[in-house]
This record gives sequence, structure tokens and C-alpha cells, in this order.
Amino acid sequence: MSGHHPTTPLTPTARPHSAAAVIRKGLLLVVLVLLLAAPFLVYPIFAMKLLCFALFAASFNLLLGYTGLLSFGHAAFFGGAAYFTAHAAKVWGLTPELALVVGVAGASALGLVFGLLAIRRQGIYFAMITLALSQMFFFFCLQARFTHGEDGIQSVPRGALFGLINLSGNYAMYYFVLAVFLIGVGIIYRFVNSPFGMILKSIRENEQRAVSLGLSAAQYKLGAFVMSAALAGLAGGLKALVFQFATLTDVGWQMSGEVILMSLLGGIGTIIGPMVGAGLVVTLQNVLATSEFPVTVITGLVFMVCVMVFRRGILGEFYASRLGRKLGFGLPG
Amino acid sequence: MTTILGVPLQALLGQLLVGLINGSFYALLSLGLAVIFGLLRVINFAHGAQYMLGAFAALLLLKGLGLNYWFALVLAPVLVGLFGAVIERLFLSRLYKLDPLYGLLFTFGLALTIEGVFRWLYGSSGQPYSVPELLRGTVNLGFMFLPIYRGWVVIASLVACLVVWFVIERTKLGAYLRAATENPVLVQAFGINVPLLLTLTYALGAALAAFAGVLAAPIYQVSPLMGTNLIIVVFAVVVVGGMGSILGAVFTGYMLGIAEGLTKVFFPEASNIVIFVIMAIVLLLRPAGLFGKEA
Repeated sequence: MSGHHPTTPLTPTARPHSAAAVIRKGLLLVVLVLLLAAPFLVYPIFAMKLLCFALFAASFNLLLGYTGLLSFGHAAFFGGAAYFTAHAAKVWGLTPELALVVGVAGASALGLVFGLLAIRRQGIYFAMITLALSQMFFFFCLQARFTHGEDGIQSVPRGALFGLINLSGNYAMYYFVLAVFLIGVGIIYRFVNSPFGMILKSIRENEQRAVSLGLSAAQYKLGAFVMSAALAGLAGGLKALVFQFATLTDVGWQMSGEVILMSLLGGIGTIIGPMVGAGLVVTLQNVLATSEFPVTVITGLVFMVCVMVFRRGILGEFYASRLGRKLGFGLPG
Repeated sequence: MTTILGVPLQALLGQLLVGLINGSFYALLSLGLAVIFGLLRVINFAHGAQYMLGAFAALLLLKGLGLNYWFALVLAPVLVGLFGAVIERLFLSRLYKLDPLYGLLFTFGLALTIEGVFRWLYGSSGQPYSVPELLRGTVNLGFMFLPIYRGWVVIASLVACLVVWFVIERTKLGAYLRAATENPVLVQAFGINVPLLLTLTYALGAALAAFAGVLAAPIYQVSPLMGTNLIIVVFAVVVVGGMGSILGAVFTGYMLGIAEGLTKVFFPEASNIVIFVIMAIVLLLRPAGLFGKEA
């Protein structure tokens, strides 16, 4: 949708100072090594769950951070794609990569429908509309035959990648998940730094001016919405393959709330922040999973604390801190 | 037996009544949301939790202190209203200068916390609350038997909506409220305590939700999760009605409740989603909502 636009990027992003650049590169290397070694350090299923939710949070943040649109219905794309992928892998017998394609295509189609309806209203209404639409999709999943209601789709085969590489072992599966995750993050990075991403930022900062430059704000927003839905779908489909089931939990409003929390906690508008937030939230859930104490009390409290005193999130606060500025990170664009 | 479009009249009227009851709750809750949003520009996600708190307050007042339904109908809104006032003073009042989304996110976190605590203390299963003695039994309307309590809910919610409408549209306090909605700075310059008005408004909205909760306690089971699923439907109601007018919010609430009841008769599978479908259609035809002012 973008490519052919006559305008060049409105503001080139400032080059980071050298300290920040060096730190970034160093950290990136450390993280890559950790990601490669992860299944030998922690339980592989847990590592895969982290990656799925990190991708989900990053895709959500693509919308909120770069267009300012708060979607309260991203569970529909995440959980919907989980159902589509699971159905494609189990009933149609597709290989995992093709099942993922089915999931992403379904999530994109849902995103297009939701987006066309929701971008007719702004701000707070946008949040309520996406929430209502995702609740509608929840009831659809509750009653539709292929989702198997309360049971969900169980024992989904992981299959063989390209029909060749058997993914039933956790190590093989982990590296497949990691590859998909890296591709997803790469797409997000590329998207954010493309002319399309720049235009989105300009619309977020000053919509009237962007419109007066001849940009169709609504179309760009819709494009970002579908893109975000597709990537959320990629994360959801991947999760269905990892855990080998798709259930109603993934389409419920609680899931939409969780992904908002991940982004808010990590730092809205930064690429890394939401992934850090996802890691923290998933770890927290795992720690509390065995106790009687309901996780929602903690997540609710974290929500309130974030909104009251911590609105930039962990990474945002660091970037804005004296140390962060000294090192040249500056405020995230 | 009389039938309409192949449906027995009895069943049709029965579902219409159920629709009217649900509509009463949609109307009360969307009214509270609209009042709060009008002045505070906050979408109160905790509205469902406050409704649940009202129902639980009724249950606990009965079990703990032996206070019956009629006390609860007065006390629960007062208690939840006070709780709302504290929340507004301590937290929400600090968020007004920010993007309204932060208000939504804060109240979402609040709702999660409240529900989590109640689930922890009382479990997720529902607890019964018996219908007050005065309102037991049924009346024969000739064409159907009407449970008295259900009739009472419809009347009580209508009266509550009308009282709120009267206070806001026809009293001095309401005039201040409406003026502060239009231009808070100017109203403050006239010597009116706008921050206090904001606190009162939020407390009033919370109290309305609690009132609805007490009304609901004998009909639905009292459970920690009774509020949240309801509030999402009410959001759709609010999108359909638009938040510009109080009577609009009330009217839309009743209409959508009835539409839901009718769907249960003719196309039961869709009864859960009919309100969302109507919302989608309204968005396509009239994005500002049926009674909305802003585009």
C-alpha cells in the first residue's frame, strides 16, 4: 500500500550516539547467543512460550506504539489464528509452515473486518469497538463446530517442517519457533523503519498535517491494523503448534488485556520493550501458576502501578533516564 | 394456542420479558458509563466490577449483619459510591490531563484486581440471593404469569434512570455538571468546586452500578465474574447509542435488551452476538452512534 507514495520519509530518525550503538550491538549479540542456548538453559516449552508471547506483544505494539490506536481485541487474532492453524494441521493434515500460513491468512482477514469497522471511530471508542468485536468472535468460537467449544482443538500434530524435518521433539521445535520469531521481529523492524512506518508516526503525531500532505490517514491506519493482526496471528498459530492445542483461553478478553499489559510494562513504542514485558508477565504467570492466589490480582495491580507512575514502561523509563540519555539512547521514536 | 410466526405467544412474551430485564441492566449501566464519561472523559472499565460489588454487598450485608434486601438497596450504592469517591480522589483525578486511554487502562486494572480478590475469597461459583418476601410470587396478566420481582426490576430501573435524568437536566447541581462538561475552567472561575463535582460524578456512577448489582442479585447468581462479561456488552450498547445523551443511552439499553430477547426466540444461536452485530451495522451506517454528537 505504501511504496508508490510520492513523499519521502518525513523525519529521518536521529543517529544514536556511539555508546548507545555499541551497547545495542553488544546486547543484541548476547541476546542472540542466549536465544540459541535457551532450550539447554530452561525448559524448552517455557522458552517457546516466551517467544510466542514476545512476538504477540511486539505485534500489538506495532499498532499502539506507532499509530496510537489501542486495540482491546487482539486476542481474536492471536486465538483465532491458533484455531485456524490447529484445524489446518490436524484436520487438513497440512505441514506446520503451511498451517501457519493458514493461521496468518485467517488473522489478516479478521483484522481487515475489525479494522474496517473500528477505524470509523477514534481513541476510546476504538478500544471499546475492538473489545466488543473480539467478544463477538469469542462467542462464535464457543459455538462454531470446528473449534469444539469448551474442549478446544486437542492433540494437534506438530508435523514435519516442509514434510522433511520432524518437529515432534522439543529441541527441533524450539529452533523452528526461534526462526519464525526472528522472521516476525525482522518484519516488524523493517516495517517500522520503512516509509510506511514513518508515515504512521507522522499520522500519530499530527493527523491533520499528514492529511493535508495528501496522505490517507484511514488507509494507513487500516494497513497497520491488518499488519498487526497478521503478526499476532503468526504468534498465535505458533503457540497452537507448540502446545498442540487451541482453546477458548486464547480468544478471551483476558488475553487482550494481557498483551496490553506486556506492552505497557515493557514500554509502548519501543521494539524491545513489549518483548521484555512479555517475558516478565509470562514468567510471573508461571511462578504463580501453582499457588492458590489468582494471577489477575497481581496483573491488575501491575496495571494500576504502570498507569499511575510508570507510563513509559521499563525500557521507556531507561531511555528517558539520565543514564539512558547520557549513553545516547534518547526517547524512542 | 396463539402463535406469531410459528412461535407460541407465551414463549415470545416470556423472552420479551427476559429481554426487558436484561435491557434494564444495560440501561442502568450504560447510563452510569455515560454520566462518568460525560464529565470525566474516562471509560469506566470497573463499572462491571462495581456492579458485582453491589451484588456482593447485598449478600454480605444479609449474611454478616442480617440486613435485608431493602437496606441493601440503599446501603450497597452508598458503600460502593464511597469506594468510587476514594478511587477518584486518589488515582483517577491524577490522570485527567493525560490521554483518556490511561483512564480506561487504570480502571481495567482495578476491575481485574477487584474480581481477582473476590474470586480468591469466595470462589468463582455463584451464590444464590433469595427474592425479598414482599416481591415473591406472580401476577396473572391474563396472557402470561409475571413474576413480581421481574416486574419490580423493570420499574425500579426505569425510576432510577428517570431520577438521574431529572437530577442532571432539571436541577441546579445538574446544571453545574453540564456546564463543567462544556467548560470546566470557566465553571471553576465562577467559584464552583469542579474537582468535587468530578468526585461526586464518579461516586454517582459507581453507586448506580451497585444499585443495578443489588437488583440483579436475586435474578442472577452472585459471583465475582458476573460483571465483566456484562460490561463488554454494555460497551457495545454505548457504542450503538453514542454517549452524547442520557435518555439516548437509556433508550438504547432497553431496545437492545429487547432485540436480544427476540433473537432468543427466532434464532437462539445468535442471541449472544446480536448486540455486537447491531453495533457493527450502526458503525457502518452511522459511525457516531444513534444519539451521538461527535463524529
